[in-house]
Amino acid sequence: MTKIKVEHLQLHFGNHHVLKDINIHIQKNGVTALIGPSGCGKSTFLKCLNRMNDLVDTVRLEGKIYIDGEDIYAPGVDTCVLRKKIGMVFQQPNPFPMSIYDNVAYGPRLHGVKDRKKLDELVEKSLRDAAIFEEVKDRLKKNALGLSGGQQQRLCIARALAVEPQVLLMDEPTSALDPISTLKIEELMEGLKQKYTVVIVTHNMQQAARISDDTAFFLNGEIIEFGSTETLFSQPVKKQTEDYITGRFG
Amino acid sequence: MKRGSKGTKSSLTKEKKGAGESVAQLLFTLCASCTILAVVAITVYLVGNGTPALFEAGIKEILFGTQWKPTAAQPEFGIFYVILTSLVGTIMAVILGVPIGVLTGIFMAEAANRKVSAMVKPAIELLAGIPSVIYGLLGVMILNPLMYKLELAVFKDSATHQFTGGANLLSAVLVLAIMILPTVINMSETAIRAVDPKLKSASMALGASHMETIFYVVVPAAKSGIIAGVVLGIGRALGEAMAITLVSGSSVNLPLPFNSVRFLTTAIVSEMGYASDLHRKVLFTIGLILFVFIMLINLFLERVVKRRGME
Repeated sequence: MTKIKVEHLQLHFGNHHVLKDINIHIQKNGVTALIGPSGCGKSTFLKCLNRMNDLVDTVRLEGKIYIDGEDIYAPGVDTCVLRKKIGMVFQQPNPFPMSIYDNVAYGPRLHGVKDRKKLDELVEKSLRDAAIFEEVKDRLKKNALGLSGGQQQRLCIARALAVEPQVLLMDEPTSALDPISTLKIEELMEGLKQKYTVVIVTHNMQQAARISDDTAFFLNGEIIEFGSTETLFSQPVKKQTEDYITGRFG
Repeated sequence: MKRGSKGTKSSLTKEKKGAGESVAQLLFTLCASCTILAVVAITVYLVGNGTPALFEAGIKEILFGTQWKPTAAQPEFGIFYVILTSLVGTIMAVILGVPIGVLTGIFMAEAANRKVSAMVKPAIELLAGIPSVIYGLLGVMILNPLMYKLELAVFKDSATHQFTGGANLLSAVLVLAIMILPTVINMSETAIRAVDPKLKSASMALGASHMETIFYVVVPAAKSGIIAGVVLGIGRALGEAMAITLVSGSSVNLPLPFNSVRFLTTAIVSEMGYASDLHRKVLFTIGLILFVFIMLINLFLERVVKRRGME
């Protein structure tokens, strides 16, 4: 079932044409990987899905993006409501300089959860879903900046999950992490897709092959090839895709 | 060859460079010592000149006495009201000035568009550069007449009120509040601009609005810098003399809004010219008290800055 449908998406930053006629259908409860060399527009595309690009002054966007059939760029769409539905995890772990508990509770509090007991439950559940609860359960009141990079990133995932999104966007979530932390987060993804639709940008092709159901290959602002991960990696249709995944460039 | 061989030459150049190094080192050390020397000199001088009066006139009589009659036949040197005025005046100025300053800082760093910012920024810089006596002149021309009108209205039927012509604590507080604005604004703005933009993205991506992001994430993250600005502002308000000596009326009274009052600073400024003997010594004691207050504020500031460094 299609969760996100993108039609003829064009994006400019000033005079720079960043995304060129993007068309893609992203499946519900699957992991979709976006791969491609640096500067190919995959992160920019990801940020179109929760309208984080709106924060850039010079951005200009054409085309349509539908999530559950709703046009997210239609006039009157509240980006706060949209971003509650579409969670995001960034490349660099970016916990707030506050306690672990407050980090996770930040989103729910923002969206009106005040009941202490409900907050406690939400925090615990989110930390469990992000596979970090056992490591931090005794120091929930401690500052989150005291955690290791890998723990911080899982905390950020927990923080995103706490607002109960439907889609989780991940922008190279493991690129700043060591191999063990990376492994933990990859294991996590398997569980996450039961509940969420995950779109992940990654530089690491093995990672894309390991964790994703579908893969889109971006090059110079275009989607060169999109299909099931298995097919794309074993029998790529386009020459550029083959060159990229076999390591001939990029 | 003979004596001026290669070996001697290279050792000679080395020596020359070494000499230059140590001269420069000495120069820097001397310059730095000047600062330390000044601080030590001020401390020694103030303690040396400020304490004798405490013993001659009595610690209790000076610090907690309420009568200030330095030139009477039976002189009294109670500066309790003066200390109280400095504390109350500073606190009131901070209560007024800090919220305006911090909110302006937030506005400048986060909300203002370029056009507005291009207008406000030079205004703030100008405010910081205006000599304090000019603030006093403006206070005399604008605030005092307004205050006098207010005073006439408030104390219309009062038989006991001494009319001050508008030169009162309120005028001084308003002037001080404006004077601390540039410090508080600049420090807040800098602290807020220094907040990692990643934190803002994180908050926005969780569905927070711009204002929610500012008040729940950005300002808390900039907290220690903002506090440092507030503390600096307190120091400035406490130490200010010129502007408030013109607008505060300068008679020793309880620091009530419509009373003519004297601050620690204005006491020194207005009397040093003609004071002699014990009177003069007491003025040094007042200086010492002011110095102690400023030192306490600086100690506090240092702790705040240190904490920020650790974060």
